[in-house]
Amino acid sequence: MGDFIQALVAKYNYWIYITLMMIGLYAMIAKNNLIKKIVGMNIFQTAIILFYVSIGVKKGGTLPIIEHGHGAHSHVVHAVDYINPLPHVLMLTAIVVSVATLGVALALGIRIYNRYHTLEEDEILSQIREK
Amino acid sequence: MSQHYPTLLVTVPLLAAFIISAAGWINKRLCFPFAVATLTVAAYSCVGLLFRVLHEGVVHYRLGGWPPPWGIAYYVDQLNGLVLSVISVSALINLIASKRSIEREFPEKIGPFYTLYVLFVTGMLGITVTGDAFNLYVLLEIGSLTGYALIAMGDKDRAPLASLNYLYMGTIGACFYLLGVGYLYIVTGSLNMVDIASILPGLYQSKAVMTAFIICMVGMWIKMAFFPLHGWLPNAYTFAPSASSSLIAPLMTKVMIYVMIRFILTVFTPKFAFSTLAVSDSVVWLAVIAIVMGAIFALAQRDLKKMLTYIIVAEVGYMVGGAWLGNRAGMTGAILHIVNDALMTLCAFLVVGNIVYKVKGYSFEDLKGLFSKMPFTMGAFVIGALSIIGVPPTCGFFSKWYLISGAIQASHYGFVVALLFSSLVNVVLFFRIIEIGYYEPFGDHHGHDHHPEPMAEAPLSMLVPLFIVAAGLVLVGLYTGDIVNHIIQFVIPKGLL
Repeated sequence: MGDFIQALVAKYNYWIYITLMMIGLYAMIAKNNLIKKIVGMNIFQTAIILFYVSIGVKKGGTLPIIEHGHGAHSHVVHAVDYINPLPHVLMLTAIVVSVATLGVALALGIRIYNRYHTLEEDEILSQIREK
Repeated sequence: MSQHYPTLLVTVPLLAAFIISAAGWINKRLCFPFAVATLTVAAYSCVGLLFRVLHEGVVHYRLGGWPPPWGIAYYVDQLNGLVLSVISVSALINLIASKRSIEREFPEKIGPFYTLYVLFVTGMLGITVTGDAFNLYVLLEIGSLTGYALIAMGDKDRAPLASLNYLYMGTIGACFYLLGVGYLYIVTGSLNMVDIASILPGLYQSKAVMTAFIICMVGMWIKMAFFPLHGWLPNAYTFAPSASSSLIAPLMTKVMIYVMIRFILTVFTPKFAFSTLAVSDSVVWLAVIAIVMGAIFALAQRDLKKMLTYIIVAEVGYMVGGAWLGNRAGMTGAILHIVNDALMTLCAFLVVGNIVYKVKGYSFEDLKGLFSKMPFTMGAFVIGALSIIGVPPTCGFFSKWYLISGAIQASHYGFVVALLFSSLVNVVLFFRIIEIGYYEPFGDHHGHDHHPEPMAEAPLSMLVPLFIVAAGLVLVGLYTGDIVNHIIQFVIPKGLL
């Protein structure tokens, strides 16, 4: 039990991202409303963004900017003092991708709503079957 | 000039997409020539690159001059040289073939359509050429997002919902891939494929590496519609406009199979994928189920386009199974089948495009009497059908031959049986259509005073590209030996027997 709690606390960022990811996945599979599914999809993507951001963090690390003070260039740069900026930069791209995906999904949702006047998947499917 | 081929084939279509979009506002007729010019440059670069790789060996290209692992590197060997050429040439052929159907299906959206078309090809080419795992994700999303839009332009009633379902699944797939890359990044601190490959060997027992590999694979399987993750594919491809389905169906699934093979061969090693993990047997069995189920679902369909989509599901099973057999013949068959299946699918969907153009439908009832009405289109269809069934000398036979010999070598008889079963089902599927197209209208008149329907063939601009593809099926079949000896055998590492 003690080991389990320790694993839970020490790696809490992973637990958070997995929980969020499962919430998103659940919404995408179980929800009937198309917009709720889109929201679930967005939670799913955000979970992975949080995962990436959390792996760049370092205890006691500072911003990865080398200060331009007097004689600063002669200082030795210790990589251990700085957090890793790369995962954060990658996530800027991933955020753009997720915004674009959200935009396309909502646009498709509008097309579907204009055609069927509902966003409930079962009602749309029954309308398709009636024809 | 020629040293910049690797970047030209991505940047030219990317920038041209914006020019085409702007040209569409000025005059819609400008879009088509711009798109053709763009894809011609891309195809020329791809084929030129393939020949350069054949003569000089692997090409490394550093974007912006940054050395890897800091910058993004493009990395072209025989494998992606081959796949790049297939992608760009089939996209170009389809672009020319589908001009008339685009003008008729959505005359007011010509500009946006060609913009999306070129962006989609950018995504596919970029996925194939890149040597950076994260860059691959971004280009995958470029290809997918444009793909969703291209599909949603189809059938007003069904296409948007099919596209949205594809979007849900596609996003899950891409996110899984991204997550797997994240795990690889935690372990190796690098995103460059070659760099990751050089760091990984000491870490193969690490659980994080195994997790990364499996998560990446699941993501790719969703994207390539590997049974049972295929749910999005049939509706999305059926209800898409014919120009989009003949673009996306040959390329998307095949490119993802390329990515899978690239991960197995380059990023990881075949030894890790096939021995350390000990899942290859289960994956081949999954492929067996995929082939059998794809064939059975295809039998149940009553329209041509949906039948073809289920055949794609079965063909994906061929390639995944072949790659995971874990021997040289199986891998050769899988890589050869990427080329062949892209061409066969293109041929079949171009035929559907021609039929839709003339008959305005693709259910089995619409196919009656088509052999007298559209003899040339149906002639090409027969060649495509023979190739999908696997009759020599068409190319489908040779990749199936390699796959079967790989399966026998691995003594995986379930896979042999599945391949033969699927070939037999394909015989039934295609001869049923040929029978409908050839004999049905005659039945009404008891063979006497029948009036064959007047010939109403598709326009020449649709027929000529179709003939080129059909001839390509036979030519690729005849030159299979050269493709295997000069290209594919260099791709597969020596250790894989």
